[in-house]
Amino acid sequence: MRDLKALIIVAIVTGIIYWGVEPLAHGIMHPPVKAAEYDYKDTPILPKGDVANGATLVQTNCVACHSIKSEGFEAPMSDLDSANSYGVVPPDLSTAGSMYHEGFLAGFLKDPVKATNLSHKFTDSKPYPMPGYSWMSDSDIADMVAYLRSIAKSDLSGKEIFIDACARCHSLKYDKVFSSTPQDIVSNYMGSTPPDVSMMIKSRGAKYLHTFINDPQKLLHGTAMPKVGLTQEAEKKVVDYMESIGDSKKEERESLGVKVIIFTIIMTIFAYLWKVKIWRDVH
Amino acid sequence: MGMTLGGIAAIGAGASLYAMKKSWDPLPSVISAGFTTVDLSPMDSGELRTVEWRGKPVYILKKSADMSKCADRDVQVGNDDYSVGVQICTHLGCIPSYIPANQVFKCACHGGEFDACGKNTFGPPPSPMEIPPFKIDGNKLVLGEEGPEYLRLVGKA
Amino acid sequence: MAEIKKADGLVDWLDQRIALRTLTKVLLTEYWIPKNINFLWAMGVVLAVLFKILVISGIFLMMYYKPDINLAFDSVNYTIMQEVEYGWLWRHLHAVAASAIFLVIYIHMFVAIYYGSYKRGREVIWLTGMLLFMTFSAAGFSGYMLPWGQMSYWAAAVITNLFGGIPLIGEELVIWIRGNFVVADATLTRFFMLHVLLLPLAIITIIALHFYALRVPHVNNQDGEILDFDAEADKYKAGNKKESKVIPFWPVFLSKDIFVLSAFLVGYFYLTFFHFNFAMDPINFDPANPMKTPAHIYPEWYFLWSYEVLRGFFFSSDLGLVAFGIANVIFLLLPWLDRSPVVAPAHKRKGFMIWFWLLIADLIVLTIYGKLPPTGINAWIGFVASITFLALFFALPFITKAEAKNASKGA
Repeated sequence: MRDLKALIIVAIVTGIIYWGVEPLAHGIMHPPVKAAEYDYKDTPILPKGDVANGATLVQTNCVACHSIKSEGFEAPMSDLDSANSYGVVPPDLSTAGSMYHEGFLAGFLKDPVKATNLSHKFTDSKPYPMPGYSWMSDSDIADMVAYLRSIAKSDLSGKEIFIDACARCHSLKYDKVFSSTPQDIVSNYMGSTPPDVSMMIKSRGAKYLHTFINDPQKLLHGTAMPKVGLTQEAEKKVVDYMESIGDSKKEERESLGVKVIIFTIIMTIFAYLWKVKIWRDVH
Repeated sequence: MGMTLGGIAAIGAGASLYAMKKSWDPLPSVISAGFTTVDLSPMDSGELRTVEWRGKPVYILKKSADMSKCADRDVQVGNDDYSVGVQICTHLGCIPSYIPANQVFKCACHGGEFDACGKNTFGPPPSPMEIPPFKIDGNKLVLGEEGPEYLRLVGKA
Repeated sequence: MAEIKKADGLVDWLDQRIALRTLTKVLLTEYWIPKNINFLWAMGVVLAVLFKILVISGIFLMMYYKPDINLAFDSVNYTIMQEVEYGWLWRHLHAVAASAIFLVIYIHMFVAIYYGSYKRGREVIWLTGMLLFMTFSAAGFSGYMLPWGQMSYWAAAVITNLFGGIPLIGEELVIWIRGNFVVADATLTRFFMLHVLLLPLAIITIIALHFYALRVPHVNNQDGEILDFDAEADKYKAGNKKESKVIPFWPVFLSKDIFVLSAFLVGYFYLTFFHFNFAMDPINFDPANPMKTPAHIYPEWYFLWSYEVLRGFFFSSDLGLVAFGIANVIFLLLPWLDRSPVVAPAHKRKGFMIWFWLLIADLIVLTIYGKLPPTGINAWIGFVASITFLALFFALPFITKAEAKNASKGA
């Protein structure tokens, strides 16, 4: 009985301390933010696009800077040259149509600064490297989006999405993915060095990453990282990919954990039986 | 009951030892770096190349017409004969250097000699230089993998 | 020297040479422990096992860890965590055991305070125990630096800076400790040495002293009763096992400890495999960056109370440092601050009972506020709790003196 009383007291004190230094403290240090939103409501609702017209528009307006390797348009400059000219390597457009949300793409084509939520960084005197196409009609924009969607393959892997959406600035060296824009140039362009993200799954956790990638300003006010605009599915693939590299032993850990705990419980039962047997003689 | 508990604890100890043993194993990056691929096509006849394989020197000698051939040690790739071996003296582990004029490997440590086939011909070395596991892949030699040609040589030797 | 005869077996052979049978008796089968104990008396064995887990897992971590600021982070987070088979297991076991061992040390320590096991001949046990607390704290701090993450770096920077507050020599002392003007490669490498060699060596030595110090005054019991161990042991050996007030260390005492230990390990493994973030702070998975302090820095939970005593005097860093210095040695002096000869559990000592629970409550407040950002009302709560902590130790001699007076009146 005394044992039980002592155990309860120890458990209560330990519990209070745990509650105070973990949930309470972390709740205060990291106040909750609104969850990620994937409907990109602030962008115009698109009319149904015409792929053929979109192809013409894209091929006249975009390929001067962007490559579309899947359609045979190679990059006009080397990564180094384009990084030097624009500050960051312009993305290849082969996969943009399936990994970015169509609403985001349309909004981005019209006004990249607004869509990426970077008005604190890019102004009229320091413009975004890509011009906005707000002078085009909504239907032309819709046609370009429709074209990009028509050429993009839909079953992209997490790594492919990471390379196209993130790796122009970020490296993930634990999977030997290195940023296509050289570090010093991208540091200069962003104002600070975009970190290697190999361990972000551990340092930030999946929930934070989803909210952050979806809209970085919510969690890191004033950051130079743009709103990425991935679809919910593409974003999940990216975060899963980051987990598969940064926490590669998760599955092994969890399956071994169950076995070890079951084993220890069995051992506890037998230890108890043995203790009772030994103490029978002395009590 | 005491014995049962002891037995259970022993199982736990055994499992821990297994994990400890696995932690001593070479890392996957070490294992995957254990293969060396050599392209043989640019080699001239009579030329010797030394490549590094798992931290050791391996020589590849493309035999010229005037060199003796040894069916039990030569590697045939296409129409050419090659002698391949770990270039380490089987006496005490020094690296013998190849002297093209005499077509012998001569060890500076204790004067051991090997012929162009890698066989010990003089001095203290007790056996020919070791043949590393290899596989022939077209015109390439992959060191570290056991191909049928390797198994045939080792079976014969 | 006794005559060596032909041995009739391995045990006898060893017995003739190293007195194996006597040794077994002294260490195990005739090492007498009071019977009147509860599960809290098993904490010593739990600590010994946790220390063993730390040593073994540490050995495997050391095989792949690189104490170099350019390599340390990746050697931990890539090589050990992703490449080495079961490398992650050693790291998790090590980190969680480091945190859990402090929980058990605190339980062990406050059990000793509650039952008065630090006085009446048991002062050396208490002193060596507190020295172990200090050496484990140093080991915990030096080990925390090794993964070279953001928390590693900034904890090292802040804690080594503390020494700068020492008058006259402070500034040079900080540079001497770091081996550089800032926390740098030299600092990492020397703390690695401390963590894997000097501190474990000191800990093992003090553990031996701690165990040895138990032999003469013997283990205390639940009621502080003075036992005649020789007479009770004779009763036990004569077969009066039920009547005797003592039990042998092996197998009776350990059978209970092994049960408590196994039950404890269930919880420990749960934390190791499924709930390790409390012991492996996520912020430390960001590589060290001397140019950028994280938004929130705080020590591991077991240092929070003394850290809050330091921060509590928010208006004066000198006062804070003095209070912090006192907080770190005051427990050592407990046997002399307690002026009462009474050895009994706190619930039989009225004034002491109140003192004990006030201390626990104050330490809880200090621990929790040590983690919360020290702004607004939090700063004041921290200040009051720090003052209370010092006041409690100041009051203890008076409380116990009054108790001593009453006790002598009663006698």
